[in-house]
Amino acid sequence: MSTAGEQDADLSLQEEHESKTHRTKRRDGDRQKKKRRNERRKGGTRAGEGEEDLQAVSEKRERNKRKRAKSKQETSRRENNEEEEAQLTGGKGTKARKDIRNEKTRRMEKEEVREVDENVDKGKKKQGSTKKGEKKEDGGKQLVKEKARDIKKKNSEPETSEEDDDEEEDNDKDVVRPECLSPEELEKLKEAVDERKKLIQSLRGKPWPMKKKLVTLRESQEFVEKYEGALGKGKGRKLYAYKVLMTKKWMKFQRDFENFKTACIPWEMKIKEIESHFGSSVASYFIFLRWMYGINMILFGLTFGLVMVPEALMGRPYGSMPRKTVPRAEEASAMDFAVLWDFGGYAQYSVLFYGYYNNQRTVGWLKFRMPLSYFLVGVGTVAYSYMVVIRTMARNANESGVGDDNSFNFSWKMFTSWDYLIGNAETADNKFASITTSFKEAILEEQESHKDDNIHLTRFLRVLANFLVLCCLAGSGYLIYFVVRRSQKFALDGLENHTWWERNEVNMVMSLLGMFCPMLFDVISTLENYHPRVALQWQLGRIFALFLGNLYTFIIALMDEINLKRKEEKVVKFNITMWEASLYNGSVLENSTAPPVTIHPADVPRGPCWETMVGQEFVRLIISDTMTTYITLLIGDFLRAVLVRFLNYCWCWDLEAGFPSYSEFDVSGNVLGLIFNQGMIWMGSFYAPCLPALNVIRLHVSMYLQCWAVMCCNVPQERVFKASGSNNFYMAMLLVILFLSTLPAIYTIVSIPPSFDCGPFSGKNRMFDVIHETLESDFPPWFSKVFSYASNPGLVLPFILLMVLAIYYLQSTSKSYREANVELKKKLQMVISVLLFL
Amino acid sequence: MGTTASQLSKESLSEYQELTFLTKQEILLAHKRFTELLEKHEKEQIDARVPIGRIITLPELKSNPFKERICQVFSTSEQKDGSLTFEDFLDLLSAFSDSATLEIKSHYAFRIFDFDDDGTLDCADLEKLVNCLTGETNDAKLSSTEMKQLISNILEESDIDKDGTVNLSEFQHVISRSPDFVSSFKIVL
Repeated sequence: MSTAGEQDADLSLQEEHESKTHRTKRRDGDRQKKKRRNERRKGGTRAGEGEEDLQAVSEKRERNKRKRAKSKQETSRRENNEEEEAQLTGGKGTKARKDIRNEKTRRMEKEEVREVDENVDKGKKKQGSTKKGEKKEDGGKQLVKEKARDIKKKNSEPETSEEDDDEEEDNDKDVVRPECLSPEELEKLKEAVDERKKLIQSLRGKPWPMKKKLVTLRESQEFVEKYEGALGKGKGRKLYAYKVLMTKKWMKFQRDFENFKTACIPWEMKIKEIESHFGSSVASYFIFLRWMYGINMILFGLTFGLVMVPEALMGRPYGSMPRKTVPRAEEASAMDFAVLWDFGGYAQYSVLFYGYYNNQRTVGWLKFRMPLSYFLVGVGTVAYSYMVVIRTMARNANESGVGDDNSFNFSWKMFTSWDYLIGNAETADNKFASITTSFKEAILEEQESHKDDNIHLTRFLRVLANFLVLCCLAGSGYLIYFVVRRSQKFALDGLENHTWWERNEVNMVMSLLGMFCPMLFDVISTLENYHPRVALQWQLGRIFALFLGNLYTFIIALMDEINLKRKEEKVVKFNITMWEASLYNGSVLENSTAPPVTIHPADVPRGPCWETMVGQEFVRLIISDTMTTYITLLIGDFLRAVLVRFLNYCWCWDLEAGFPSYSEFDVSGNVLGLIFNQGMIWMGSFYAPCLPALNVIRLHVSMYLQCWAVMCCNVPQERVFKASGSNNFYMAMLLVILFLSTLPAIYTIVSIPPSFDCGPFSGKNRMFDVIHETLESDFPPWFSKVFSYASNPGLVLPFILLMVLAIYYLQSTSKSYREANVELKKKLQMVISVLLFL
Repeated sequence: MGTTASQLSKESLSEYQELTFLTKQEILLAHKRFTELLEKHEKEQIDARVPIGRIITLPELKSNPFKERICQVFSTSEQKDGSLTFEDFLDLLSAFSDSATLEIKSHYAFRIFDFDDDGTLDCADLEKLVNCLTGETNDAKLSSTEMKQLISNILEESDIDKDGTVNLSEFQHVISRSPDFVSSFKIVL
């Protein structure tokens, strides 16, 4: 009985060994094939092929012989080892084992000889080397099968002789009995199985044809399945099998999940279509748009789920208190479309704006802490945005790696400049042209180090251009300030007395400036005569400055308005106390026992509520910005395309090729627009929780509208810029905007006391007092004590210092790592060159 | 359509998923597109080949200057005619897919650029490559001196062992530094 088991074990080992040699043989064969091909090519004739083949075959036979000798040596060595071991353990049945092994080796030899013979035959018959490879593959497969059959036969032989032994034997016909393996062998088997598993995992990364991969996969899987069960002993075995099963299931689940995830990504087909028409740079805008959409979805989920819905469902209903009611004076026009469009009337007194929220600590039966939730969501949206942007930046930086060394300028132009996604003939032509010019430019630059014909003129022109741009920026800033000031005057007069233009002046002026100034900059930048890439960067920088300037003037003007409102609020507050006192007095005088007079909430005088005003301004800004974007899209792209297309039949010159032509898709401008739009969302969403929702709608519409516009009325760019380099540039801009837009929001939260009669923080001195309040009332006293200690400046300051030091330390280490990296790279290059030279 | 999708058995589908960088949907889509290229009587055959002439009419490959080379590299045909079986087609898509590694992408890129299949990029290969990249029109072509200059510059940069050709390891060395190779070496169905 025990001998049978041992035989099995030996057989398994043998087979493993065989398959290994088989594999190496195949690899060798491949190498040889390649070599042979090279030789043939160098020879240049096909006449000597047969001879060479023969030679190669003989060579191979020799090599095989050598290998066989080696393997024999190995087996004998192993035999010796095992013999020793066996002697140590008792030396039972060694002889039988040895016999079988000898027989095995003999058979192996025979088979190998046969294989070589087969190869010779094939070499005579077939010509193409690929075919040969394939055939050999088949041969190999057959061989494996043969072997497997042999082994099975062998396996069943002893069993049939000892049939009546027990029934378990029958059950594991194929499975090796683990109890009979020595731990060393087990270890080896385990290693082999692990190796196979690794092979299976790495198979997809191998540049082999599918057939070969399939064969290897099946072989390895068979092997793994066969011997995996043999690993582990007794009790452990079941656990092991279970584990294996679970990992298999888990892998399958992961794969399915991955499939599911990719299926869930929206607009994949749309983007792909654009990619194939316009190349990857235009598509990168849409991918960016989609990414933004995802972020806004999450922001929307946060504000909608944790702020708007709880207040709407569990808070006090509309009309129950002054802040939730339209005042009497506005009641008549509160439902007018013009008013609603301006987010006044019923829209203003709804969950969309800050002022509607009540300051009761908990709402509903869930005891939902409304003001706290409002505050935390405001902080959370900003924190989440920071996290996402920085994480994406880090990932992009990782992916692009060390892309900034310029040592392979020409090779990169040569090997990586084609965009394989292009599937449109016109784009391909443009790409050809741009590659050609880039080649020519590079050659010219290399030949002569940029000879400047009139340096004084270009310098003068550049200074002039920058001066003009500065004038533009200052002018636009002043215009916005002026307009905002004027609108305040209008607001004081009462909005009803003014025309539509006067009411919407601020937003319209901002949008128009954002539309026309970039064009102006474009004209100005032709003066400068920069390289297009540099020119693009200047252009982006200028637009960025313009937008930023506009936004900040707007905010400064808004701050003025906030101060005005707060002054007004003081007056109103005083008046209200007077009014209440008079009311109280009056009621007391009339009837002291009657219940206090109930006044309809619409009639109660109230403060101006600056927070809602800020929120409204931002919402209006977003709306008008969206409108102008869409209208420019329709007029600038669609109408132009239509005119060019149809007037071309009856015009004196060629409109399509000549002056107006079709418009190109302006990737950088659109990305900048998107970034600034997002900045406004971040700034305003604390005071208008509806902003993320609006933005989601806007982005959704943008996606479809712009996709359509691009496909139907834009032409591919003449100069195709790479998308990858600019990705992190845009991200960096987004980060800057995020920082700059959270600054004013945080300033207002921290330094300005909230309105006394509206919003979730009314009655508090500062908005963040809500944290303090929660700590005091909802947590055990020791917690607030600890917190107050922790927030003590004596502790906070050293902590900040420590963080700064840590940042400094990390930065310096990363710097030194980078230096070491560069050094190592140099060394590696040297080593490679030396190696290749040898 | 349902019948063509069901032609792929479950096992082979999972095997293909194991062996390529494609997801299940992509494999099914590839199968659909591939069977559309086949003629009617070929649809029953398991390892039917689509000749190169029909492969390069795919809109994804149509305007690619390397379309013939791509077919030739991925073809396992015995006549070396660049015809593709479905498995070859999957290999192609896998190498050009989004999640393929830099290593495998650069390996195939090298083989595509190696026009005469001799395992190195020599001057003739590079010249052909430049001509492919600058298009067929005559006015876009570089002059011979420009071409010489360009090729000598390229060899100067990437031919580390100075044997006058660029071999695979040199090529991979150069490519691995490039910031946008992985993002542009992509074909999506």
